[in-house]
Amino acid sequence: MQRIGVFICWCGSNIANTVDVKAVAQALSHEPGVVYSTDYQYMCSEAGQNIVKDAIKNYELTGVVICACSPRMHEATFRKMAGAAGLNPYMLEVANIREQCSWIHKDKVEGTQKAIILGRTAIAKVNLNAPLTAGESPVTKRALVIGGGIAGIQTALDIADAGFEVDIVEKEPTIGGKMTQLDKTFPTLDCAACILTPKMVDVAQNDKIKIYSYSEVKSVKGFVGNFTVQINKKARYVKEDVCTGCGICTEKCPQKKVSNEFNLGMNNRSAIYIPFAQAVPKIATIDANSCTMLKTGKCGVCAKVCTAKAIDYTQKDEIVEEKYGAIVVATGFNPIKLDNYGEYAYDQSPDVVTSLEFERLMNAAGPTNGVLLRPSDGEHPKTIVFVQCVGSRDTTGCGKTYCSKICCMYTAKHAMLVREKYPDTEVYVFYIDVRTPGKNFDEFYRRAVEDYGVHYIKGMVGKVAPSGSKLMVQASDLLENDQMNIAADMVVLAAAIEPDKTARSLATMLTASMDTNDFFTEAHPKLRPVESPTAGVYLSGVCQGPKDIPETVAQAGAAASKVIGLLVKDKLMCNPFVAHSNELMCNGCSACEKVCPYGAITYSDKEFKMPNRTIAVRRVASVNPAVCQGCGACTVACPSGAMDLNGFSNNQIMAEVDAICR
Amino acid sequence: MHTSEKEMAERIKTISGVNTRKCMKCGKCSGTCPSFHEMDIHPHEFIAMVEKGQIEKLLKSTSIWMCLSCFACVERCPRGVEPAKIIEAVRLSVIRQQGANHLAPTKIPELLDENLPQQAIVSAFRKYSK
Repeated sequence: MQRIGVFICWCGSNIANTVDVKAVAQALSHEPGVVYSTDYQYMCSEAGQNIVKDAIKNYELTGVVICACSPRMHEATFRKMAGAAGLNPYMLEVANIREQCSWIHKDKVEGTQKAIILGRTAIAKVNLNAPLTAGESPVTKRALVIGGGIAGIQTALDIADAGFEVDIVEKEPTIGGKMTQLDKTFPTLDCAACILTPKMVDVAQNDKIKIYSYSEVKSVKGFVGNFTVQINKKARYVKEDVCTGCGICTEKCPQKKVSNEFNLGMNNRSAIYIPFAQAVPKIATIDANSCTMLKTGKCGVCAKVCTAKAIDYTQKDEIVEEKYGAIVVATGFNPIKLDNYGEYAYDQSPDVVTSLEFERLMNAAGPTNGVLLRPSDGEHPKTIVFVQCVGSRDTTGCGKTYCSKICCMYTAKHAMLVREKYPDTEVYVFYIDVRTPGKNFDEFYRRAVEDYGVHYIKGMVGKVAPSGSKLMVQASDLLENDQMNIAADMVVLAAAIEPDKTARSLATMLTASMDTNDFFTEAHPKLRPVESPTAGVYLSGVCQGPKDIPETVAQAGAAASKVIGLLVKDKLMCNPFVAHSNELMCNGCSACEKVCPYGAITYSDKEFKMPNRTIAVRRVASVNPAVCQGCGACTVACPSGAMDLNGFSNNQIMAEVDAICR
Repeated sequence: MHTSEKEMAERIKTISGVNTRKCMKCGKCSGTCPSFHEMDIHPHEFIAMVEKGQIEKLLKSTSIWMCLSCFACVERCPRGVEPAKIIEAVRLSVIRQQGANHLAPTKIPELLDENLPQQAIVSAFRKYSK
């Protein structure tokens, strides 16, 4: 039999106004196991805590029930106090008589009655409580960052700065991500390469950081502090440690008609290539789908011209296995495909481009060397129409329901840069709403209108029809209640952004949850924005939701600080509320293993002593307490009642229900 | 029986099956409409006016006869509002008003034309003689 102390908090007047605290203390003193019952004005105050601590000693209490605010508020406070008084912290329960009682009732008689019921429920549970001890697990002091864009780069640099080793896995031949393709960055208009490439070099030169470029994560096993990850290093047919990045192979390669993905297919590259001048690592990669030597066995020019002897046509994909304590997802985004938006004639005219393509057309390292020329005839465009929200805020299933967040700002930037460089160009921006919250953002947009004379028109473009060398744009001007017809030379579509396609398979490997748009879900939308609900997995950049570069860098730093907070620990305190399986009752059906969202349950064959000194081998479940998050799904799924949750056992919950219904 | 504008707006929403609240006022319907310049009230205004309950003006609008029912606005609306269905509903409310017959049975013989399909006459009765 437990010796239970019950402590009723007034919470000033919050509880005491609607609940007769003295009557509750009196009523609960008669409950089974209760040896002491009292009330106090503020139980969470130091004086209040001392009352409890003294009672634990003086009455030799083995269990404590605090009737006060929600356990979300002060359960941790009270459990710490119980521990300090020498009681196992998990022998203390909180009955919520504020949020779930006094705040929602007006009638004091009813409120008091309910408080008594809530109190006796907690007492019934404490009677069945057993002391719990949180386990410990070791921490591998090394982090993995998946994705080498600005988000991954910043996270890796910050983690390395704290003295921990970090590996970056990047699927492309170079790190840098989307930011390498941008021309200028808003709202300061500094060039993207000028601020990004020094960071890329920092990554390359940091001896704590290892880059797995042209590589992908193949499998993830383990749990927080103890992940084992297999990385597939795709064959690039060039020896990474030998290649000097001189680029002679890319000049001499006879296959020069390969669509250049770095310039979004607007010019060509050779089959052996370095994506751009500042690539990190600066190593050539052979595109196996285009290389004549790899396809037919006849060529070998690159091997002949390579003075470093770095070409190796026999290279194969290689699987590397590494151990990590924490994993950061930084998989980034892509603009959506515009197949569902035929009205904008993207497929019909090369002069209808996406905003990312427009970045390349404005960039000095782009297909036109930074001179804005129409892709169709190489002429300077004199009239440019920008269309906002192409595929964003679309609930019809053609696009994305969300606002892509960055388009208003980059369109203002494009419009401004065009007017700056080519003042004789007429620039129209069709918008539904201009959304420019952020430091110096709205001022930036207004500058486009007021200083640069960009025509901002409230309304949507209905259709774009190529006609001769012109693009006939038909759009509404809602403020004029008019329909406009503009003969444009170029149309730029602000295509919605979506998470990279690799994110979904990665989420499955990590058992990290995603929303319906394939953005990773955060542990709490406001208070834990850079942590995934899966322990040890952190989120950085657009993989969690649309965001611009400043926000991405801020989030990358936040994710890094969470990783550092994990890696500095030598051991991790595990959650004591974990499931355990009663092996004698387990029938080996695997139902629990299938429902477990964290992969915490495994099955193994064990020997059991049977009647007449025989031994039977049975397949039974066991729970890894370091991985289990205590969600309880397995206890519900288990048909034989073998699965139970420590601290929330079936017996305890039934006792609580009985106490309520008494 | 007199019906209030509010009741008429509700009926138009019921007939069309359109939820006018889904409109985010982007104007793509009017941007895409090939009859825009023939209309006195434009597709995006139809949605806003039904939402506000201003039906009398819509019933008198020439736009309901200028709408081609090409459904470009329905096809391209990013919120699935379907403006053409609202215009069709307003048009039907005008055509099918009780007592406002445009055709009296006694007038039919003099209007008859050899080339007129019989079905057109039957349809005319169905539409107008209620």
